[in-house]
Amino acid sequence: MLRYALKRLLSLVISLTVASLVIFFVIEVAPGDPASFMLGINAQPETLAALRAELGLDLSKGQRYLAWVGGLLSGDFGTSYTYRTPVADIIAQRLWVSLPLALYALALSTLIAFPAGIYAASRRGRAGDIGMMGATQLGVAVPNFWFAMMLVLIFAINLRWFAAGGFVGWDRGFWAGLHALTLPAVALALPQAAILARVMRSSLLDVLGEDFMRTARAKGLSARQALWRHGLRNALIPVLTIIGLQFSFLLAGSIIIEQVFYLPGLGRLVFQSISARDLIVVESVVMLLVFSVIVVNFIVDLAYAAVDPRLRLRT
Amino acid sequence: MRRNLIIGGTLCAVFILAALVSFFWTPYDHSVLDIPNKLQPPNGTHLLGTDHFGRDILSMIMVGARTSIAVALVAVGIGMGLGIPLGLWAAARSGSWLDELIMRGNDLVFAFPFLVIAILITAIFGAGAINAIIAIGIFNIPVFARITRGAALSLWQREFIMAARVAGKSAARISVEHILPNVTNLLIVQGTIQFSLGILAEAGLSYVGLGAQPPLPSWGRMLADAQTLVSISPHMALMPGFAIILTVLGLNLMGDGLRDYLDPRLRVART
Repeated sequence: MLRYALKRLLSLVISLTVASLVIFFVIEVAPGDPASFMLGINAQPETLAALRAELGLDLSKGQRYLAWVGGLLSGDFGTSYTYRTPVADIIAQRLWVSLPLALYALALSTLIAFPAGIYAASRRGRAGDIGMMGATQLGVAVPNFWFAMMLVLIFAINLRWFAAGGFVGWDRGFWAGLHALTLPAVALALPQAAILARVMRSSLLDVLGEDFMRTARAKGLSARQALWRHGLRNALIPVLTIIGLQFSFLLAGSIIIEQVFYLPGLGRLVFQSISARDLIVVESVVMLLVFSVIVVNFIVDLAYAAVDPRLRLRT
Repeated sequence: MRRNLIIGGTLCAVFILAALVSFFWTPYDHSVLDIPNKLQPPNGTHLLGTDHFGRDILSMIMVGARTSIAVALVAVGIGMGLGIPLGLWAAARSGSWLDELIMRGNDLVFAFPFLVIAILITAIFGAGAINAIIAIGIFNIPVFARITRGAALSLWQREFIMAARVAGKSAARISVEHILPNVTNLLIVQGTIQFSLGILAEAGLSYVGLGAQPPLPSWGRMLADAQTLVSISPHMALMPGFAIILTVLGLNLMGDGLRDYLDPRLRVART
């Protein structure tokens, strides 16, 4: 297990290094000099040079890459070109919206998908199964931002149960914050729940065909008992993979949903930064998203190896 | 189950036809503003209503279908064109450093969600339909590489491949002449799935302003325009939304139907 973990850790470090190189050099070729952008077209050459030196723009690419990565490792993401405040602070502030939103959506998606998938699998081929699979087929096809607009139309504009947009902040208390994130979280969660329910169903159906399930029935368990005690646990591995993948998808997907609800999260930060050419912010947010995908996958891989020793032998 | 194939195929055919017809004819010119007739709900003269500039929504959806289909199709083309050869190559050299390099490269691309790729591309080149194509296309490459490699690996163990090797064929020739034809079904099914994901992705990107730019009509931008008016004119949001849902649903049903049709073994297992 330790050998496997070290091997995976090494590939994690390599992936992160390559990803950071890709992101840095892609942003590097982006046109426009941040210093002249900040000072406007009438800037004096001396002020420009001074600002360039202050931002570290006069160093070579290699030096700047090392400085950037060194900064990331020590939690110093640099200074925003437009906000003139540390990027780490801005991102941390925005993460307080995006991260709870992604977690909330993940929880909702799992809570909806598990019963739906189990129900469909236990009614295989019957009306309940066919109806449920039809619903998931539709759920997969609905774009989440369109669904979000419909939720706003129904629950915010017509019924007035929720605000149509904006975020009250967590200072107003946990429940007020959660309430404000409910519509966005539902919009993000339902299409994901449809995918997860389908995976849950097919994974359960695979397990139900196994010999040990027949043995469980033969020793006297009812179909329901066998499903809950032996079926579910064995069906969870593919489901966990998808949940792991969905977390990163939800974090990225929240970028679009934030636009619908005018939420002050990472997504809006990225779009504002792109239009203001505040590339250091774009660079850091992108790195953060990619980092979260790679690390979540790493954790999922390790969790499997801990649960299922057979997987440790494969690379 | 032929039902999926028929329903899915019909839905897809309707939208492809709408896109093709829009080259010669649309009920109204999609770009002509007609302010006196703005925000009309669906009626006899404008079947799906008009938007806030009085443009005919049906015409815009027909022309928008063109954008969606073109973006998704080219993106699948990029994914297949690069992903399939890489997958075949990796499988032919399975276990070697080359295989390892290709697969680790795949993992790396997988770590970049298409939205993130689109953001990076936009930061450099600015927004546009071409960037949406590139972003979705790059995102498709590892999908096809992985699925091709996985299927090809098990084929390499089969007797008929062994026979071809004994006959002296090179790994490249075997990959093209024997492996590729045997994974085509799988790739067609995956192709329809990626095509439907591409349509959703294009809509999302143009909704947030990273995709097709005006005056090129696109379903995602129609939804972005509809957002502030959704309480006054819900049809502005409903109609493009239905277009996206029906197209994606059609493609997914067709994918399921094709899988069952092309691989009869699955019919028993899946019911």
